[in-house]
Amino acid sequence: MNRAQVIEQLPGLRRYARALTGESWAADDLVQDTLERACTKWRLWSAGTDLRAWLFTLMHNIYLNQRRGMVPVQAVVPLEDVQAELAGPAGSLDDALDLDRCLQRLSADQRAVLLMVTLEDMSYEATAKILGIPTGTVMSRLSRARERLRELMESAAPAATQNADRATPPLLRRLK
Amino acid sequence: MTEHHLPPHAPSEEELHALADGRMAPWAADALRQQMAGHPASRETVAAWRAQREALRARYADVPGDALPASFLHAAQQIEDSHAQRAQWWRWGGIAASVLVAFVLGWTGNALWGTGASTALATGSPVRSFAQQAALAHVVYLPEVRHPVEVPAAQQDHLVQWLSKRLGRPLKVPNLSSQGYELVGGRLLPGDAGARAQFMFQNAGGERVTLYLGAVNASAKVGASNQETAFRFLDDGAAPGFYWVDQGFGYALSGKLPRAALLALATAVYQQL
Repeated sequence: MNRAQVIEQLPGLRRYARALTGESWAADDLVQDTLERACTKWRLWSAGTDLRAWLFTLMHNIYLNQRRGMVPVQAVVPLEDVQAELAGPAGSLDDALDLDRCLQRLSADQRAVLLMVTLEDMSYEATAKILGIPTGTVMSRLSRARERLRELMESAAPAATQNADRATPPLLRRLK
Repeated sequence: MTEHHLPPHAPSEEELHALADGRMAPWAADALRQQMAGHPASRETVAAWRAQREALRARYADVPGDALPASFLHAAQQIEDSHAQRAQWWRWGGIAASVLVAFVLGWTGNALWGTGASTALATGSPVRSFAQQAALAHVVYLPEVRHPVEVPAAQQDHLVQWLSKRLGRPLKVPNLSSQGYELVGGRLLPGDAGARAQFMFQNAGGERVTLYLGAVNASAKVGASNQETAFRFLDDGAAPGFYWVDQGFGYALSGKLPRAALLALATAVYQQL
């Protein structure tokens, strides 16, 4: 493992960490912790195997450890309760900020799966391996994450779009 | 719309994900799209998921856009350095004094790797090799939850008889209950000079120590130094221990305990054997 190989992975790790934690400083802390862990654990990485997957695995474990003991903000908050804070200030609708906020409303498990599959374009199998869960669990978390994010984004969007969307309720909502 | 009116073979949720994520072969994606012609809700779901995927990718693609912090580059350099260092030691291992390599590996860190490598490389002193094998056996069996021993303490008589026979000399299991340690059991292990035995003890706090014993490689260098030694302390990080040789027979007591506590246990063992 050389410096260049590791550096090559840094933008991906940072991007994922940023989306996962919702904060730049938290993301960079997480990446730094991951690199330090990699420095002490690199013997466990066998040369020639997927370095990215290994680093993501380390990062995921650190993230879980950090969250242990934290109050789960995303738990089961009814949509109506958070609707007001999801939408940006009136008149200055900022889609990016809405997406940030809504993403943070997913459970950490759902967010991790959704981001690995979409943002990092990982296969379901690779995601399962990194998270240490069966592929079936990846699929069910992905379904829940996608539907939940969709609901959240719809409530954050202006009322007009919201009503239009409501005309055709999503097929999969009841599968939760 | 309710699902009762849908014809059979509605696309599965997995298929919808795979289509939205572009994880289908083109022919399979085409077939699925045809199948979805009669399922507007599925089409809408895939479209929404795909839009979501694109929104996420667009949102975070260039985030964060600033240069990599210096601390990241420093950490990456450290990873490379420790890797290179290790590789170098491996190369030297064949040439340089193997005992030195054993020392360095033990010191470098990881318990299993360190002791495993040192066993293979250390051919210098049979006594030291004995101590290293003891440390390795300790590290290997210590974390075992289900099978820490081959023969449990409940069959102590059988255990002692069996291991005595295999090691070719009458063995005795020391009683460490005054130190708070009870026998868990024992197992037979291979060593340089034939069979070795390991007894495992555990205290009420779940702390485990092992006593490793067997003939010290007598054929290598028959000398007084191999026949009898004082207590020596070996600390490779994962399995510190005291070892000594008495009448050509080696003993090593290993455990992750303070040196003084280990010494007290080793003394108790020595006095009873």
